Amino acid sequence: MLGTTIILAFREIRRHVLRSFLTTLGIIIGVAAVVTMVTLGNGATAAISSQISSLGSNLLTIRPGQGYGRGGGGPSPPPFDEADTEAIRKQVAGVLSVAAQSSTSAIAIFEAQNWTTTVTGTTNDYFAASHLQLSAGRIFNEVELGAGKSVCVIGSTVQTNLFKEGDPLAKTFRLKDISCQVIGVLETRGAAGFGPDQDDQVVMPIKTVMRRLTGNRDVRAFQVAVDPAYDTKAVSAAITALLRERRKIASGDDDDFNIFDSKQLSDTLSGTTKTLTALLGAVAAVSLIVGGIGIMNIMLVSVTERTREIGIRLAVGAVQREVLMQFLVEAAALSCLGGVIGLLLALVATFALSPLMGIPFGFDVQINLLAFLFSAAIGIVFGYFPARRAASLNPIDALRHE
Amino acid sequence: MSEPLIRLRGITKTFGEGATAFQALKGIDLDVDKGDFIAVMGASGSGKSTMMNIVGCLDVATSGSFTFKGVEVGTLERDQRALLRRRYLGFVFQGFNLLSRTTALENVELPLIYRGDDAKARRSTAMGALERVGLADWSDHTPSELSGGQQQRVAIARAIVTQPQVLLADEPTGNLDSERSLEIMALMRGLNQDSGITIMMVTHEPDMAAFASTIIHFKDGLVERVEQNRPIPFRGGVGVGHVQNSGVLTAPTPGPSPEGEG
Ligand SMILES: Nc1ncnc2c1ncn2[C@@H]1O[C@H](COP(=O)(O)OP(=O)(O)OP(=O)(O)O)[C@@H](O)[C@H]1O
Ligand SMILES: [Mg+2]
Repeated sequence: MLGTTIILAFREIRRHVLRSFLTTLGIIIGVAAVVTMVTLGNGATAAISSQISSLGSNLLTIRPGQGYGRGGGGPSPPPFDEADTEAIRKQVAGVLSVAAQSSTSAIAIFEAQNWTTTVTGTTNDYFAASHLQLSAGRIFNEVELGAGKSVCVIGSTVQTNLFKEGDPLAKTFRLKDISCQVIGVLETRGAAGFGPDQDDQVVMPIKTVMRRLTGNRDVRAFQVAVDPAYDTKAVSAAITALLRERRKIASGDDDDFNIFDSKQLSDTLSGTTKTLTALLGAVAAVSLIVGGIGIMNIMLVSVTERTREIGIRLAVGAVQREVLMQFLVEAAALSCLGGVIGLLLALVATFALSPLMGIPFGFDVQINLLAFLFSAAIGIVFGYFPARRAASLNPIDALRHE
Repeated sequence: MSEPLIRLRGITKTFGEGATAFQALKGIDLDVDKGDFIAVMGASGSGKSTMMNIVGCLDVATSGSFTFKGVEVGTLERDQRALLRRRYLGFVFQGFNLLSRTTALENVELPLIYRGDDAKARRSTAMGALERVGLADWSDHTPSELSGGQQQRVAIARAIVTQPQVLLADEPTGNLDSERSLEIMALMRGLNQDSGITIMMVTHEPDMAAFASTIIHFKDGLVERVEQNRPIPFRGGVGVGHVQNSGVLTAPTPGPSPEGEG
């Protein structure tokens, strides 16, 4: 009997191609929309998380001035000096390393190419603190740092603009008045990060920059790596106290420097990401419900339309169960087919859209399963219950139905 | 005296409720014995179809008793009534009620599917039924590709395909020309006399009623009159319907007997 029922169900599907297609379409769209949205949302979340972790955690960046967006008028606050570097390194607990930075902008010239870029004078601690890796060459050695040799590690933007396709290692180019030899190249970080573009810079020993480019001993910034065992807030407070004392700021006056805590930023961003994920979940739930209502409507309309068919089957001797079985098989077949097509569509859509949106492609088994089961269940339930109502009528009433 | 096959006692049927209620049947008493060929006549709206639907187990009476083979149908479960329809009854609807987009053959096969026949047996039995109504060449046409008369014949084929014990036909010749009508009547008479199938048929045409052995006249939801009829002789070439107990029915001679056509 079940075999016959299945044949009957598939016959009806084949006889009413358009109606079957429309029923399936509701499920296809519902499933595809939800799965695509949630998958892309998860991808975006993952992308943001990886950008946050690329910032380097437990990193404090200290600059003169009152932080971004403030200040403006008035005398610019004094820079730091090398004694400050030593003081922070030695007097503050929880500091792993301090990379002092002196920076200026300069035009780099190699053969016919020239490129305006930022020159960062610093020590090897800078690479570690900022999580910068080399794609070729090496970082500075003790001699180069101590003597202030004219060597440099260049960012990938500088590499492309000065050397094009050629190998920059051991090449010498002009930087303002000095010539500078390339000993290493930084790995590309991409513009997706936060803060200044770290691909567009020339990194040199701080002594070289001070002596030969800026002509002063000003330290424009520190990057302080904090021991993970310590709280960045406490370390930040200790540094603030130390610098206020060293810079002789009267109590009650504002700081004339600012400390940027990457840990704090990453905490904030993670919070935002969580909110985003929750929002996406809510939107997905709503569209799943809307899709469900669509499926419901089509199923209801189609069963109403088919009440006469149910009447005919009952009239020639079908029992209620046989009619219901046929409708159940039909609804299940259409729902599952629609679900599978919807999942495939979502797979294609996420595969095509992920690179366009610059997020990693991912396949979330859970949401695929959830969307499929939900819409299949709705399709089956709403194919079944109206049919049950119709099959419980007297055949003559079902036949008279309009 | 043995129990009649179908026995109606005080059957009433009321449609609607309260002020809009309408009593279509007002107390029908009727006995139908096995092998009877009954014609039901009466004005439009007199309740003929309503009674046929009740006897066909497609509808239930509001009150009264309907027994089929001694079983009180009113007390049966819905599915038990479905099994009565499946095993013993064939029904030709006034409005055909064929499945749309479904070929004539598949429509005729439908009762056999629920009877549990396998596909091959189903096909040949259904084909045989279509041949009997002269539609063998139209088996793969859907109702929308068939004329009203052809659809009616498909409906008849579907009703007789299971060799039912009782054939209930609500105006089976309503859409046919007189030649086709006579062919169908000859078919029915053959079923009645050769296969012993009990037939109850609604008709407005005295010509067709003349084939029956009993004619029941309906009026306003009641049986007005029952007349015994000596049907057209079965193999007589020419036959005349007689009215035995009253002079009302004067059935004309239906030309040469259509019997003998395949
Ligand atoms: N489902 C229904 N609801 C309400 N009234 C109905 C219903 N079915 C039939 N009737 C009424 O019952 C009465 C009898 O109807 P029925 O169909 O039995 O007539 P009939 O004798 O078959 O007529 P016809 O020769 O035109 O087919 C009619 O007045 C009709 O309006
Ligand atoms: Mg009628």
